[in-house]
Amino acid sequence: MRDISMERVNNTRQDILDIIKSSELTHEQKVVNMANQADSLLEVLDLPDGLDELLNQPIDTQCICDLFEGHAPLRPRYIVPDYAKFLKEGCKFLRLDPPKDLYEALNHLLIFYKHVPSVTNYPVYVGQLDELLEPFIDTVDEGTAKKLIKMFMLHMDRTILDSFSHGDIGPMPTKAGRIILEVESELQDAVPNITMKYDPELSTDEFTLKAIDCALKTAKPSFANHRMFVNELTENYVIASCYNGLPYGGGSYTLCRLILGNIAKRAENIKDFKENQLPYVMDIMARYMDERIRFEVEESGFFDNNFLAREGFIHRDRFTAMFGLVGLADAVNILLEKEGIEGRFGHSQVAEKLGVEIMDIINDFNNNHYNKYCEITGNHFLLHAQVGIAQDVNVTPGTRIPIGEEPEELIDHLLVLSKFHKYFPSGTGDIFPVDITVHKNPEFILDIIKGAFAKDLRYLSFYSSDSDTIRVTGYLVKKSELEKLAKSEAVIHDTSALGLGASRNGHILERKVR
Amino acid sequence: MEVVVNKIIPFSSVDGPGNRTAIFLQGCNINCKYCHNPETRGMCQKCGVCVDKCPQNALEKRITATGEIEIVFKKELCVGCDTCIHVCPHDSSPRTSVMDEKMVFDEVKKQMPFIRGITVSGGECMLQPDFMTELFKLAKEANLSTMIDSNGTIDFSEKPELLAVTDSVMLDIKAFDCNDHHRITGANNDIVIKNAVFLAETGKLFEVRIVVVPDLYDAEQSVNDIANLLAPYNAQNNIRIKLISYRPMGVREEYKNLKVPDAKYMQKLSQILYNQGFSDVLVV
Ligand code: SF4
Ligand code: SF4
Repeated sequence: MRDISMERVNNTRQDILDIIKSSELTHEQKVVNMANQADSLLEVLDLPDGLDELLNQPIDTQCICDLFEGHAPLRPRYIVPDYAKFLKEGCKFLRLDPPKDLYEALNHLLIFYKHVPSVTNYPVYVGQLDELLEPFIDTVDEGTAKKLIKMFMLHMDRTILDSFSHGDIGPMPTKAGRIILEVESELQDAVPNITMKYDPELSTDEFTLKAIDCALKTAKPSFANHRMFVNELTENYVIASCYNGLPYGGGSYTLCRLILGNIAKRAENIKDFKENQLPYVMDIMARYMDERIRFEVEESGFFDNNFLAREGFIHRDRFTAMFGLVGLADAVNILLEKEGIEGRFGHSQVAEKLGVEIMDIINDFNNNHYNKYCEITGNHFLLHAQVGIAQDVNVTPGTRIPIGEEPEELIDHLLVLSKFHKYFPSGTGDIFPVDITVHKNPEFILDIIKGAFAKDLRYLSFYSSDSDTIRVTGYLVKKSELEKLAKSEAVIHDTSALGLGASRNGHILERKVR
Repeated sequence: MEVVVNKIIPFSSVDGPGNRTAIFLQGCNINCKYCHNPETRGMCQKCGVCVDKCPQNALEKRITATGEIEIVFKKELCVGCDTCIHVCPHDSSPRTSVMDEKMVFDEVKKQMPFIRGITVSGGECMLQPDFMTELFKLAKEANLSTMIDSNGTIDFSEKPELLAVTDSVMLDIKAFDCNDHHRITGANNDIVIKNAVFLAETGKLFEVRIVVVPDLYDAEQSVNDIANLLAPYNAQNNIRIKLISYRPMGVREEYKNLKVPDAKYMQKLSQILYNQGFSDVLVV
């Protein structure tokens, strides 16, 4: 471990004291933030040359961002346990026998969730909820099942204090899936985030319309293109955290992101960007990720000691890593301006063509980068269109069109997206607030989902422009909670603070209503 | 065959079930006092009044080689301020296009596979039955459903060719009482009522639209009569009834102060329909 200066130690001590005294943080949020501060004093990773100048910069020049993973990763960023195995076999470490009825199944899951680590310290994946619960659904009468599941979901919302927590349903309709949608429509809470895997052959219109109805009330579920994910990641995939496609029984070691707009600022012109600046930064980021992964696998001891790995709820060789990016639109616009070419991302063929060329370069780079611990995905990382963080200023999420610049017609918006979603097996998504009148015509959204997935879009979220629960970038917040936080009151979910940042810096409340 | 198209809305959530491309044809044969799109009523007389008023210089009056006057609309300059339609003395718009069924269908195709069908509206689209027949044939070949949105004053039973390629119709019944109808629209409603029955009988009546304007006519009586008329058919083929509260948006100045019905009144009207067995009642 390398030495650090006393000045840095003292600065960190001051930061810790500020956290202790904060009026906006709950107790849990303080504990987590203090642990992060302690971790930030460690220097154990063998960092690639040149990283510091790209990483430790203010948001208008930073080119690589490691999204608060800390200096000594003690666990993978995203963990996707095999909950089906748990419910079938129980767990020795937790001294739990297999559940026999719905009461036990739900209680078991709630216990298990408290032991699933992640970058947020809350489970980012809570299971394929309909499939997990369906075998137990008839152990009680329907009224009781509904009441139990409602309490289960409520319990999650009030104890998993972070909206980067995700449960999946679909593609097939099930009784459990229906009940989940019903209780979520009633609860209208932010946690967990939910995705319905949609497949035109397997999902029924009736079930999907129920999901849409729920989404218009409470901004979830979102809809994932099941066939696309199956083609890339096999049936054994999940949607976790925001909208991240990941292998089941594994997860992601790490997620770092390229801030493409700032990389474009370094470039003299398009050629310089494509041939020098972008490859240079990508290479450093990939090697940084390699090093983080090496530490997790070879030094942290996580995969040797944690009960999840020991009992086979996760497998080291089902982990991959997410090579993220933000600001494709920003980069394209900056580069076109430098070249004196007219056109903006989302509004011109030239801009989209450049966007596709940049994505092809990133995709090729990733396909040629080898990491020995990412066997599950062919020893490559998975590309990820990152949704942004609260601190982002003038950074457009993933490959989205900036808010306020959305094309007038939704069709034009969707056709732009259809060029970019295919690059991101570990997730990308777009969000559409819809006008209240659509409540009377949910088939309108069903048609858009069907068309979009036929056109290779990957992931779509809708919410009603007048509902309290809204989607920020990839996670949900309640507008009423944002208002509390804006008045400096502590609120239960840490993502509300991110949401407030995003509403100030990211203009999420100003999206074009469809 | 060519028609004047007022506008095409690529994705519409309010012109029939699911997502549809809605095509609005220029020209109408009646004159509702509360018309929400008066600019779709008349044909452009090329008077040029709008040209000078456009703040963006998006309009230009030209004389063609053959000596005809032409109003040219430059879409890229238009900011959609609607000044042109407000100043037009002929209830028209300079932003229309002359299109044939192929050109219109080329615009529709851009939305596939996101849409399940098309809806033609107006103006009064039944003034252009031959155009619609040709357009709907193209739509059918592409597996799109076809709907007509009409004020009901033109007899559908006389257009068998069109109906053969039409999946269903959304029909306005502006008032059940003929005198009321005449006062509101300037036209009698005997054909409207005939159409309602004919379309209901043939299973093509998807939706009846009733605009509720308490200051203009007795909507409660009208809803009662419509319910009585259509209840027998509703039993076989579910008919949707859409009760639309009058709102002043887009309405001509002299009628802007008509009273907006309150939620309680709308609730009362929908109850009349529920009592008669209509299950699909929308209040908007
Ligand atoms: S709406 Fe009419 S007046 Fe306004 S800019 Fe467009 S053409 Fe000109
Ligand atoms: S749109 Fe109206 S104002 Fe303009 S030229 Fe035609 S008739 Fe005259």
